[in-house]
Amino acid sequence: MSEVTAAEVAKNGLWTNNPALVQLLGLCPLLAVTGTVVNALGLGIATLAVLIGSNTIVSLIRNHVSDAVRLPAFVMIIAAFVTCTELLMKAYTYELYQILGIFIPLIVTNCAILGRAEAFASKQNVGMAAFDGLMMGLGFLAVLILLGAIRELLGQGTVFADMHLLFGAGASDWVMQPLGDSYSFLVIILPPGAFLVTGFLIAIKNAIDAANKRRADAKKDAPVKGAKRIRTTGHIS
Amino acid sequence: MTLQSIRFNSILLASFALITAIILASTDSLTKDKIAASERAAAQRALLEIIPLERHNNDLLMDVQPIPEKFWLALGLQKGGDIHIARENGQPVAAIIPTVTADGYSGNIGMIIGVNFDGTVAGVRVVNHKETPGLGDKVDLKKSDWILSFNGKSLVNPEADGWDVKKNGGEFDQFTGATITPRAVIYQIAQVLEYFSQDSERILAQAAAAASTAKESTNEHNHE
Repeated sequence: MSEVTAAEVAKNGLWTNNPALVQLLGLCPLLAVTGTVVNALGLGIATLAVLIGSNTIVSLIRNHVSDAVRLPAFVMIIAAFVTCTELLMKAYTYELYQILGIFIPLIVTNCAILGRAEAFASKQNVGMAAFDGLMMGLGFLAVLILLGAIRELLGQGTVFADMHLLFGAGASDWVMQPLGDSYSFLVIILPPGAFLVTGFLIAIKNAIDAANKRRADAKKDAPVKGAKRIRTTGHIS
Repeated sequence: MTLQSIRFNSILLASFALITAIILASTDSLTKDKIAASERAAAQRALLEIIPLERHNNDLLMDVQPIPEKFWLALGLQKGGDIHIARENGQPVAAIIPTVTADGYSGNIGMIIGVNFDGTVAGVRVVNHKETPGLGDKVDLKKSDWILSFNGKSLVNPEADGWDVKKNGGEFDQFTGATITPRAVIYQIAQVLEYFSQDSERILAQAAAAASTAKESTNEHNHE
């Protein structure tokens, strides 16, 4: 296995190989719970915690598990982390737990997590695996929050509604209504809106990548400093 | 060789399962009390919204009696449920009745309905539903205060014809673009009031009996 640097891992998780926008993994919870920022944040943090935990443990045991039982062992580790997360959310953020409902236990089936365990953590040292979990989790969380914010704003005209579910009573007045009281646009809240907004986010990311690539190509073609200068007259196509 | 590898792998996987089980069991026992407290607080919050503390001074969560099985169907309860009794200085003032209607637009709508012992509605809350966001979900107090329009209503106010949406000649508002959801809620509330008019004497008697046994046990306790 070739060595990877922390910078590569970070860039991979947050941008180049973002689990939500590039790998398109874990779309079910991504689409289902991103109606509001608080839901997105709750699920994103839970996924992040599970990803860091499972990557760390998988990396720790990578030399002790035979290939034959590798996958069942990984799944068991992930399921254990998810169940612990579920119990903790039930204990400390009960109302949010009720809203997210089945999508908390379903984190087990988020392919992004098993994918990282198998493709990365099982071949890397503990520090790098945990860091990869953090970066992949943050990449997923960032997309969830962005999606939640856009859908909440366009769908029901608020941002940061019901934040007290996660941050206690003091957070209930964080809500903003930049579009006025009675604004609502149903489609964005419903599942089609989730697909549409996700599609636009992927398109924007691809457009940025394409622009970057063009700029890089242009730089490559540009004359190198100190190169011989040739004066030409007329037009060269 | 194969046998050996099977044995090795089984033991490996079993020890994994064992460690996992230990971790889960300890997390469970660490969070168990906190979870029970959270569940209790959530249940209590809903009850207190219907019958506020000014109107009662008993423990709503603990003062319960089971609903007789013959009424389960009318109330939409498949596994039965408990009626919570609110008392002011021992005197029953209202009963909070759980009910479920399957006539909503999508899935069941679970409600709790508080009924004063004079037969008027003390309050209604939808506790769980899957109605369309922006349309049917206005039955939820978080989205609209429509559900408060039932406060003080009874089987005689309005008369039976009035327990419907305005579109059908009833007394209660429908929502723009959603008639099925509010109608299901209205019918179910009327159904619960109907049940209460049949069963309220029994509920009162049982509540009084429960109060006297509670008093006896505290008296006995005092004697000791």
